[in-house]
Amino acid sequence: MNFDPRYSGRNFSSVGTRPIRPDGIDKVTGRARYGADFNMAGQLVGRILRSPHAHAVIKKIDTSKAEKLAGVKAVITAKDLPDLTDGDAAMYDILDNSMARTKALYDGHAVAAVAAIDARIARQALKLIEVDYEVLPHITDVDEAAQHHAPLINDQIFTEGLEEKPAKPSNVTKRTQFGHGDVHKGFAQADFIVERSFKTEQTHQGYIEPHACVASVNPDGTADLWVCTQGHFVYRQHCAQLLGLEASKLRVTSSEIGGGFGGKTHVWAEPVALALSRKAGRPVKLVMTRDEVFRASGPTSATSIDVKIGARKDGTITAAEATLRYSCGPYAGSWAEIGAMTAFACYNLENVKTVGYEVLVNRPKTAAYRAPSAPMAAFAVESAVDELAHELGMNAVDFRIKNAAQEGTRASYGPVYGPIGIGPTLEAVKNHPHMKAPLKANQGRGMACGFWFNFGGQTCTDLNIGMDGSVSLAVGTVDVGGSRASLSLVAAEELGIDYSQVKAIVADTSSLGYNDMTDGSRGTFSSSMATISAARNAIKILRDRAAQMWDIPVDDVVWEKGHAIAKGEKYGNLSPLSLKDIAAKSGTTGGPIAGHSELVADGAGVSFATHICDIEVDPETGATRVIRYTVVQDAGKAVHPTYVEGQYQGGAAQGIGWALNEEYIYGKDGRLQNAGFLDYRIPVCSDLPMIDTQILEIPNPNHPYGVRGVGETSIVPPLAAIANAVSNAVGVRMTHIPMSPPRILAALDAEREG
Amino acid sequence: MAGVAVSTTINGDAVEYLCQPDETLLEVLRDRLGLTGAKEGCGTGDCGACSVIVDGRLVCSCLVLGAEAEGRKVETIEGMAHGDQLHPLQQKFLEHAALQCGICTPGFLIAAKDLLEKNPSPTEEEIRFGLAGNLCRCTGYDKIVRAVQDAAEVMKGA
Repeated sequence: MNFDPRYSGRNFSSVGTRPIRPDGIDKVTGRARYGADFNMAGQLVGRILRSPHAHAVIKKIDTSKAEKLAGVKAVITAKDLPDLTDGDAAMYDILDNSMARTKALYDGHAVAAVAAIDARIARQALKLIEVDYEVLPHITDVDEAAQHHAPLINDQIFTEGLEEKPAKPSNVTKRTQFGHGDVHKGFAQADFIVERSFKTEQTHQGYIEPHACVASVNPDGTADLWVCTQGHFVYRQHCAQLLGLEASKLRVTSSEIGGGFGGKTHVWAEPVALALSRKAGRPVKLVMTRDEVFRASGPTSATSIDVKIGARKDGTITAAEATLRYSCGPYAGSWAEIGAMTAFACYNLENVKTVGYEVLVNRPKTAAYRAPSAPMAAFAVESAVDELAHELGMNAVDFRIKNAAQEGTRASYGPVYGPIGIGPTLEAVKNHPHMKAPLKANQGRGMACGFWFNFGGQTCTDLNIGMDGSVSLAVGTVDVGGSRASLSLVAAEELGIDYSQVKAIVADTSSLGYNDMTDGSRGTFSSSMATISAARNAIKILRDRAAQMWDIPVDDVVWEKGHAIAKGEKYGNLSPLSLKDIAAKSGTTGGPIAGHSELVADGAGVSFATHICDIEVDPETGATRVIRYTVVQDAGKAVHPTYVEGQYQGGAAQGIGWALNEEYIYGKDGRLQNAGFLDYRIPVCSDLPMIDTQILEIPNPNHPYGVRGVGETSIVPPLAAIANAVSNAVGVRMTHIPMSPPRILAALDAEREG
Repeated sequence: MAGVAVSTTINGDAVEYLCQPDETLLEVLRDRLGLTGAKEGCGTGDCGACSVIVDGRLVCSCLVLGAEAEGRKVETIEGMAHGDQLHPLQQKFLEHAALQCGICTPGFLIAAKDLLEKNPSPTEEEIRFGLAGNLCRCTGYDKIVRAVQDAAEVMKGA
């Protein structure tokens, strides 16, 4: 019988409760092992030498002095990572980003690495490596990089997606377009049109744990990699391909992960650590410093976005258009494309067009950051929507409700929506006490909506029942925020047993089939689907064993509330057998009892949220304070509501930092000037109020329990909600994120000067 | 380079070690003593993930030299529970789900312990400023503040 993933309404016993997570005690006692907390016998310390230049040809690297230093066991350059990518351009970019091959493409780009017996010697060795650079003109601004006269980062790139192949190379790698209808016709029908340009600066995911791994390559071609990652199976594939290893011989174990938010979906220094280990013949531990994390891993795109929206007097939007330019770092990406898909996803539009341009700059490779690309597009669109509502004389919430997408709406990026939560989140916000609370002088209130696709993907799960009746659940999706608790709840629910009987773990790449990584808010969505499937397979075996114990046909045995029950009057004298009873006898009824599941979790339900915030602005200094913040989001079904709230609150807090403080600041020399938590300031406890949450549950029809992903959408509305609040507080439309005090003062000055 | 001989007390136990003059207390704890509960998030005293208490004072162990622990009393996360009895803060962090990834949790617990020892009845604002030296990127701090408030109530009643 094939697994049926469709939603069926049911009364839950475990799902929806809030037990303590299975990995909790280890994490409050300091015992949990993260990337840097693991060691191997004979381990060396790896360190990476990084380019101080934003753009430079690497003419020569002399490693001879470093190699001669006592205690140095290996020095590598790109020569030690030969190109095995066989024409796969995306893999070549990953290889080049791990270790620059011919050119350094950003400040912080790896150019060489050493492995030594301790950190002190490794640092000394880096100083002995001589690199001869020919410095080239560089470009770090997304708009300037898109100009024809900008310094070229890669002269082999010609803009894709144009009607004719361009004659000259460009930093614009790709143009994409989405939409339907006729925007020219739609704007002609509009009584009011708002047209504005917006910018957002580059931010970092800011996970507190720097990238860390321990790599060990053996002479027989087997290898181990212990690493903090959101996707150990993907890391295995990438590293095996780049190193020329057989994937099955490389075992990757995901450590506890100290935050990722998308930044640990990409390999960075792991291929380097493996190459060092291979050359040295010993295990190598490689841990990035915070400076390296900022300079050489993970930032999101900087963007420049033009938006135009028109509406009739009655509040109906007649046309919407956006042009989005997103920085990709020095390698081709699809970041603007995602922005162009998400920009107007909240609305039911007859005429809509979005165009995305991917732009190369001399900055670190853009990486996913929680609902990647969506927050910036939402900032631009939701700011313009607010302004248009104001021009129409309509309440901002009512205007959105009138134009909100609903079941059956054709999304601006193509598909037709099933049951969705945008309307319900807006209604909940309209009726929320927060919207009616009084504001004081210099305070403003803003609200905004956000959308994220959510992903499903390949998933493999094992559920093993011990002879004592306890259940081990082995999943392949890394737990980034409590998913072992939610997946244990799901296993308990489906088997009909108590949560305390289940323990979920994250299995390594040799113990379980392939799993896509924990991204796209897929961890709980897809692994819970696989867990339900595995549990149903185990129940089949449990029923079969009970039938054997009773010596009756298995078709007469049903599974209810954790027990096998013999159905029918003739079995009136047979007492139900609990899972424990059946497990205890498993040794004599056919051996171990387990359920396995491998599936592609299709049908991740799209996710919507609406946020409200109150901001106070000091008109003298431009300083801001978040007074109150409320998140309303559809979870489909909240498996562990406390961790769902945690996702809502955490995403909101990251969005607040992005909106008000955080940005990469580059000097004219192309060097990053604030590569540390002192100068790249993420929100601290005293910056924030409590963050109120309201969970809505509009079941996803494509999941047995109605679950939707919840992790990412919460970072989509804050930029816009806060910009709308600041704009309402100061009476000037804010168009540049982050709204740092100097930027707010400049906007106020510009308004005064007219 | 000759090592410095250090005699100190860590979580109530007498401990002796040799360390380099430029080695931080965090490096000593993690790499020499196997006490990996304190984490290095930045190495510059900005994130608080390496928080420990030295002679009653909350410090970032990445900004203290290993040699400076000579003759002092060091408290780390590994010493916070008494046997199998969790400290009320540890218990409340679990109950309130005040951790997601958990990398900042040891630092927060140590900082919160220090805060409550000095101010057993802090206001929300005092908690927020008291913990402002510790970065958390997952939770938005809401559940951390609530856990500390709840633990303070429990500890007052104890």
